[in-house]
Amino acid sequence: MAGGTRGPVPVPLKTEEHNVTQDVLDLLESKQTLQTSEDFPSIPQAEIKAALDRLASRSMVEYQAHDSEQVLLTPEAESIVADGSHEFKVWKAVKDAGKVPIKELASIVGAESAKVGQGNAFKNKWIKKDGDSLVLVADTVQDATRDLLKGIQETKTLSDNKTLNELKKRKLVTVTKVIDYSVTKGPKYAKEIPVEVTDLTADMLASGAWETANFKPYNFNALGAPQDAGSLHPLNKVRQEFRNVFFSQGFVEMPTNHYVDSGFWNFDALFVPQQHPARDVQDTFFISDPPKADKPRADPITEATMDTMEAGSRKLFAKPNETGEKPKSRDFEKYWQNVQDVHQKGAFGSVGYRYPWSADECLRLVLRTHTTAVSTWVLHRLAENPRPARYFSIDRVFRNETVDATHLAEFHQIEGVIADFGLTLGGLMRFLEDFFSKMGLENLRFKPAYNPYTEPSMEIFGFHKGLNRWIEIGNSGLFRPEMLEPMGLPKDMRVYGFGLSLERPTMMKYGVNNIRELLGHKVDLTWIKEQPAVRLEKD
Amino acid sequence: MPTITVDKAALFKELEREYTTEEFDELCFEFGIELDEDTSQSTKPEDQAQPPQLKIEIPANRYDMLCFEGIALNLRVFLEKQQLPKWALSPAQSGELETLTVKEETTQIRPLVSGVVLRNIKFTQERYDSFIGLQDKLHQNLARQRTLVSIGTHDLDTIKGPFTYEALKPEEIKFVPLNQTKELNGKELMEFYDKDKHLGRYLHIIRDSPVYPVIYDSNRTVLSLPPIINGDHSKITLDTKNVLIEITALDKTKVEIVNHILVAMFAGYAESIEPLKIVSPHNNESRESPDLAPRMFPAEVDYLNQVTGLDLAPEEIAKLLAKMGYDVKRSSSDKNILDVAVPITRADVLHQADIMEDYAIAYGFNKLPRFYPNKSSAVAAPLPINKLADIVRLESASAGWTEVLPLILCSHEENFEWLNRKDDGTTAIKLANPKTAEYQLVRTSLLPGLLKTINSNRHHAVPIKVFEVSDVGFKDESQERKTRNERHFGAAIMGKTSGFEQVHGLLDRLMLMLRSVFITREDGLKNAQLGGYWIEEVDDPTFLKGHSAAIKLNIDGQNHTIGVFGILHPSVLKAFDLPYPVSTIEFNLEVFM
Repeated sequence: MAGGTRGPVPVPLKTEEHNVTQDVLDLLESKQTLQTSEDFPSIPQAEIKAALDRLASRSMVEYQAHDSEQVLLTPEAESIVADGSHEFKVWKAVKDAGKVPIKELASIVGAESAKVGQGNAFKNKWIKKDGDSLVLVADTVQDATRDLLKGIQETKTLSDNKTLNELKKRKLVTVTKVIDYSVTKGPKYAKEIPVEVTDLTADMLASGAWETANFKPYNFNALGAPQDAGSLHPLNKVRQEFRNVFFSQGFVEMPTNHYVDSGFWNFDALFVPQQHPARDVQDTFFISDPPKADKPRADPITEATMDTMEAGSRKLFAKPNETGEKPKSRDFEKYWQNVQDVHQKGAFGSVGYRYPWSADECLRLVLRTHTTAVSTWVLHRLAENPRPARYFSIDRVFRNETVDATHLAEFHQIEGVIADFGLTLGGLMRFLEDFFSKMGLENLRFKPAYNPYTEPSMEIFGFHKGLNRWIEIGNSGLFRPEMLEPMGLPKDMRVYGFGLSLERPTMMKYGVNNIRELLGHKVDLTWIKEQPAVRLEKD
Repeated sequence: MPTITVDKAALFKELEREYTTEEFDELCFEFGIELDEDTSQSTKPEDQAQPPQLKIEIPANRYDMLCFEGIALNLRVFLEKQQLPKWALSPAQSGELETLTVKEETTQIRPLVSGVVLRNIKFTQERYDSFIGLQDKLHQNLARQRTLVSIGTHDLDTIKGPFTYEALKPEEIKFVPLNQTKELNGKELMEFYDKDKHLGRYLHIIRDSPVYPVIYDSNRTVLSLPPIINGDHSKITLDTKNVLIEITALDKTKVEIVNHILVAMFAGYAESIEPLKIVSPHNNESRESPDLAPRMFPAEVDYLNQVTGLDLAPEEIAKLLAKMGYDVKRSSSDKNILDVAVPITRADVLHQADIMEDYAIAYGFNKLPRFYPNKSSAVAAPLPINKLADIVRLESASAGWTEVLPLILCSHEENFEWLNRKDDGTTAIKLANPKTAEYQLVRTSLLPGLLKTINSNRHHAVPIKVFEVSDVGFKDESQERKTRNERHFGAAIMGKTSGFEQVHGLLDRLMLMLRSVFITREDGLKNAQLGGYWIEEVDDPTFLKGHSAAIKLNIDGQNHTIGVFGILHPSVLKAFDLPYPVSTIEFNLEVFM
């Protein structure tokens, strides 16, 4: 009845029979204080409240609410008040007839009264059995039940709680909450709601009418008008925050814009042996069409993109006598051979895995299982001119997983790579402490772990204040010499790698338990629109 | 990662102290294994019904920790309760080694074999169970489900050498398989175990081969039919005293790793380790197996200290490495070199980097000095295509559209048939082994994802306006990976009316933001130098006839058709189960690079 909840307070509403707002104003003219329960007994409470709020917001009335309880009779109790209790009806029937056969009682007083009333009338010693019939004992009786209920009907109260509960149990009364309002005139009381303008308009400004206009009061308890807003996906909002952290630390974004990679880049070049479980059909999506990759070779377009991105640092760090000529391009055939050697017979200080290495396995196409496939390409490029460098990417990766609440066949991997001379394990820990402190995680701990392409490998644990326990937040390590040296990177160049999924921190930030509510087509659009902006350093 | 369940009381007895769950968890954390569960803290009735167990996750490369004996041993060494044993071979008890002769036919199916004899072993129920359990774990992990390596163990006192390893026609091999009573030939055996839950999955390894591998004793008793099953005759029991282990394989490295692990884990219960003489001249594999000598590995002191950020003397390094099972001596010729003896248990050590990691673990990862060693700085840069995509994303959201992120993979129908598009086999990248029909190919269009998202949100008030800026994939013979990604923009609107002008308006807006002006078709065709875009009607079965337009672009003197928009054909709406009219737009962003 109260119109919309948003915006200015709605104009008084008229119902078919009456205008409560006007009725209140009318009555107040003659009566100092109204009691709504007495003065408007038949009007629903919500309707009264809406009318009073309308008037109070204009200071035309003032009102106070009083909560109270009312005891009301059920229809059964009302019939008792009208006709007497069951036992009274039985007694009356016996008194009227002098003697009533038990079999016939129900047909005189009704089945319900015969059943309940007979027993009570015996108990009260009003009647007794005489053979198959009922005869009178008491000449006059007091119908206490009826009297009690009649009293309640008049006062709508009952002070004796024990009796009240008994009546409630017998389903003779119900207790309801009532709100009664005492209403008095307010400072701006008038017999009618004055003409109001809903909003300031250009016309009013032009005519000057705004000076005398009577503005309708604004409802400050309601929300404003909904905005027809577009919105970015929460996962991409978190992604942008991570990108900003990387940019602030001087990282160059890697060219991850190809989902398909060869076994070579995704596995072999990372020193993942060809029999590794990750290369099972259970874990990796293989491509049936197109059938097979070429051997690794130059990619001038991506190369040019990287050159453009790194032009800034090249210029900044150029020495005065540098010619700016590109160094000799790398030898892919040699790289291929080095990778084969390090797997099959050992090389670069490694004994290798010593198994017959298959070129065909290497050229199988897969949906990349990690963006480290791209990091590998970028590091091989770095070998042309080994220098300190930082790279990152955040992009989609694919696993042939059975889908459940925490696993999808696709997710986003966040990956960072730092190459430099003389890096230490403690330096990686220090860097990660700084990196994760930007998202409010302090005091990291590191657990030794196994990963085929990093040694040492460390799982990163952070203390989550909300969950009050240590949680694994990512993986890190130094890339293995077996991965770096075949590329032609010098032996004393060390490369940190670290990674985490984008979905996990996002699920934690937004309290999402099911990854399918975050990524994919089943995500709720309202949810997308209503998630707050991401501030990793906060909350 | 494999999880190993061990008896808590027995393990703590080995470690010579009691640990609280937290203390033991901490020990695992420092060593690099993971306490998954302590069942004494479980409320499940099946856990409470038995003595407390510890479930420990082992890194996938630590084959020497896949049983109780290995976990206890490695932790005892780490806690400096003992040194790692120095395993050594003993001469043959009878004066002559047991011999296994390999027939050349085995090269057709499973060419390699190794083995060993453990004399006077004392089994208990726990040891026996652990022995079987370890073989099972090795079969699953290192042996890749028995394909690469498989193990057979036999009561040597029930059989008589010399032994032969042969490859025969299935019908010619007859024996009673383990725990069976009826004799079967190789062919019958395949049928018998076809439905077997445990063994059924290994049959494929040899089933279709013309010959099956088989090991006989001198009385033609079948020891085993690798990699499927042993014979019942020679099975080991709790009373077995002398164990013959035979290991057949395709992989020369792994067959010896398995031999080493079995010896290292169980020789402690035996009196002596006796080599098996392998006679295999045809492939130069004749030898006595196993070789238990540690591998000598040189490690540089400078390297160990530099990477860990430590500065310890060689003697201190040696002491720490002993906690990880290494026996370390200083090289007599080079001050900077440590001669590290890598025990047979540590096949995972491939490079001095592995020794360096163990040095860091022994020192304590979390005690290492945490400081960044140098002050190199770098210049950040975004990937250009991502920067362009972000511009389009922000402008689309600013225009009142909602970003969605459907999956890259989809079904063939969604990408083609449902959109009234034909697959001519030249565009879509297809998956070989998806688990469900939802993931058959890499999408070539953003439309399926957008339409599925709208379908999942049908209960929302209309109009629904969604967009996505992301990659689709195409086959491309010119590329090394025979494929390429292409960054697309896509949007869809569903409402009571078609929304055609809405997607058109969004196009105009984005073009404005991308500095492309609206030009007429005539002007654009006449003069490619005139930069800008126009649209022209196009016949496209995805859309309602007469209500779809191609998006044309002149940029840098080149004319491109970059995409299409229109009102979806009602049959497309039906396929995607969409109740109201939908208009979509999709175009390629790469041309704006």
